[in-house]
Amino acid sequence: MSANANSKDLRNPLKRARGLGSAQSGVGHWWTQRLTAAGLIFLGIWFVAFVLCSLHADYATARAAVARPWNALLLIAFTVTAFWHAVLGLQVVLEDYVHTRWLEVVSLVLIKFVAVLGALACVLAVVRVALGV
Amino acid sequence: MADTRRPLSPHLQIYKWQVQMVTSIVHRATGIALAVGTLLIMWGLLALAGGEASYNQFKTCIGSPIGLVLLFGWSWALFFHLCNGIRHLVQDAGAGYAIAQFVRSSWLSVIGSLVLTVLVWAYVLAGGAA
Repeated sequence: MSANANSKDLRNPLKRARGLGSAQSGVGHWWTQRLTAAGLIFLGIWFVAFVLCSLHADYATARAAVARPWNALLLIAFTVTAFWHAVLGLQVVLEDYVHTRWLEVVSLVLIKFVAVLGALACVLAVVRVALGV
Repeated sequence: MADTRRPLSPHLQIYKWQVQMVTSIVHRATGIALAVGTLLIMWGLLALAGGEASYNQFKTCIGSPIGLVLLFGWSWALFFHLCNGIRHLVQDAGAGYAIAQFVRSSWLSVIGSLVLTVLVWAYVLAGGAA
């Protein structure tokens, strides 16, 4: 009866496949890209306003601006969401245009490493400024 | 590599240029540019956390002629990706797919991004928050 390897699995095969699609990860990528995009509408506008308010700021003024709790929080939210959204978008571009398989996999891994490091670096920098260390 | 002996669908150069093609391509291009721009923001934050010397160095770099040209490009890329991104979210919700609406919203993205860029740089050149 059962065509799959897990013959002891009591779940209907359809139950396991439903919602996953041929990529086996369902709409996770698509949905996360939209969710981060929606967040970046607000965070992006806030960031532009923040930069425009901090134009020509000297060192002490800039540090004080970043250290303000709401600004620090939103800066972390903005940079993490931006790196996240960027890596999801770059992934689609690479999948579409890089036709050499090993090059595609290497670049996909590379952008994820760079994005995670970049996001962590931003968080560390904002926290250092916010805590005054 | 893909097997290119099989028949392929016609590529970009076959089609007559239309505004909705331009917005689609530019959305990707600005996305790639903004991904690089995110690294600039990271540099700025790291420079600020690093101390007064590194912060002043960062300010000198982005205030140089090349820096300002790049900032101008990035600001337009941000506003275009923002306007056209909102347009895409509306379309993802299932609205705006009639051809006339599609063309009109494409132009809205282009014009909206230019207007926002001009406004922001007018503010900057007028002396900003001073």
